[in-house]
Amino acid sequence: MTTAISVTDLSKVYGERSALSHATFEVPLGTVCGFVGPNGSGKTTTIRMLLGLIAPTGGTGTVLGESISHPERYLPRVGAMIEGPAFYPGLSGSENLRVLASLGGFSQDRVPHLLEKVGLADRGNSKYKTYSLGMKQRLGIAAALLPDPKLLVLDEPTNGLDPSGIQEVRNLIKDLASDGTSVFVSSHLLSELEMIAESLVMLREGKVLFSGRTKDLLAAQIATLVVQPEFTVDLNKLLEIATRHGREASVTDGAVHIVADAEWGATFNRLAFNAGVTLASLTATQPTLEETFFEMTGE
Amino acid sequence: MFNVVRAELRKLRRPTLLISTILVVAALTALFTSIVFLRANSGQGNGRRGDIISPETLSQATGLVYGFKIVSFFLGITALCVFASQTAQEYSLGTLRNLLVRQPSRMKILFGKYISMIIFGVALVFLDAIVAIGVSYGLAPHAKVTTSAWFTANALSLLGRTFANVLLSTIAFGTFGMILGLLFRSPISAIATGVIWSLILETILGGVISSTQKWLPGQNFDNIAQGGSDTVSYQWSLALSAIYLLFGFSIVSVLFKRRDVAN
Repeated sequence: MTTAISVTDLSKVYGERSALSHATFEVPLGTVCGFVGPNGSGKTTTIRMLLGLIAPTGGTGTVLGESISHPERYLPRVGAMIEGPAFYPGLSGSENLRVLASLGGFSQDRVPHLLEKVGLADRGNSKYKTYSLGMKQRLGIAAALLPDPKLLVLDEPTNGLDPSGIQEVRNLIKDLASDGTSVFVSSHLLSELEMIAESLVMLREGKVLFSGRTKDLLAAQIATLVVQPEFTVDLNKLLEIATRHGREASVTDGAVHIVADAEWGATFNRLAFNAGVTLASLTATQPTLEETFFEMTGE
Repeated sequence: MFNVVRAELRKLRRPTLLISTILVVAALTALFTSIVFLRANSGQGNGRRGDIISPETLSQATGLVYGFKIVSFFLGITALCVFASQTAQEYSLGTLRNLLVRQPSRMKILFGKYISMIIFGVALVFLDAIVAIGVSYGLAPHAKVTTSAWFTANALSLLGRTFANVLLSTIAFGTFGMILGLLFRSPISAIATGVIWSLILETILGGVISSTQKWLPGQNFDNIAQGGSDTVSYQWSLALSAIYLLFGFSIVSVLFKRRDVAN
């Protein structure tokens, strides 16, 4: 088994509306895989199908080597937080975890340890209804970790967390991945995913736009050289040099933006020098995941 | 299944639910039992539907269980509310998805829940019996009721039968609540429908067209607790209730097993 998740032609249709259409992707074992897409693109539907909560209309899939039509075979090794945390408001955080530990047949001894791990040790005995959104989210993550999972599925785990909470979740995911846990995480915080996700699955309107390694996706994007002359009067001269050499270029915010990879930077510097223009700065920029996402999804 | 029962019992023993249910059951039992005994010498109605229960009647073996039986209907309504809310809240809180991820067998979840609520129902009936018998014994001298017949083998046998009947009735009402909870997936809708149907609609229907009483589910559930009546036999109520509940439970079981969990 080399994949934590593998789906082929997975589809879900609600009446006339297709929530997911022929999705095919793989999540390598022992890696962090980001799951991105605009709202309503089919992310949660996919996650629910992987967890046996809704039945696919078509297609097949496996989780930890077992068919998704038999979730009982793999769910004891899967931790999940789907569409935000959901617990019993009248029970304490600790009691809520104990309910799930009893249900899954996990040791109750894990509960204090997990509350400690997510920073809720001192509020474990407070009722869930008194928790802030960030605390609820942390409890959701603790519940997902109850089975000591081989695969962790997290749907928007950083919702409602403050910057330090987001950093903690990022570090937690990194730690889990370094211990060999596969993590499938959906998030709108693309800068966070860019830092931790080795692979990505990108959805739009129920279709898979990209599935593969994050660095392959970013490397395939068009790089830009951002060039600032010493004197702004030279902007048009630089623009003219770039277009004369077959490059697409434009002037924005006092700099010339040239569609070209970093290697062409040295050539352009030489051309500018020969034309009598001194450059104040020359920066090669690669599109971020966020920019790539917007470009690909048309959002 | 055992894990599901344990998990469900953890939820059922939360203080707000447990204490409020105990208080309601204890208070209603004490109130209605007190009315029976305190008005026994008034010559006015002190029993179910305005029946006159004299001290002589209460001095017989049946006197031991009269207070216990008289609140069975409200005990049933309490069970209906608890079973309905415990089932429907999983949908309204969104916690069903957590349960199903930790226990993918939906039938185990359903029957584990059911067993745990039956255990809760048994506890309620025990409480009802203890409070009713305690209040009856305490008020007997005041009502000029002699209790010597209450501690005979016959009375204890009657107590056992009444306990079983009240328990069956409570479970029947609770099962009705659970069916409504699974159908409506909202505690408020399920409880409102169950209570309005059992308390108001059935009373009106039974009052206007008395022949319908034989067919109304709530009336039959209650008739089980009373051990049958002059118009509807115990066996009829038991059989019809079983048919209604098996039919309803089968439908909601299929729905629960097959329905997508999309909230």
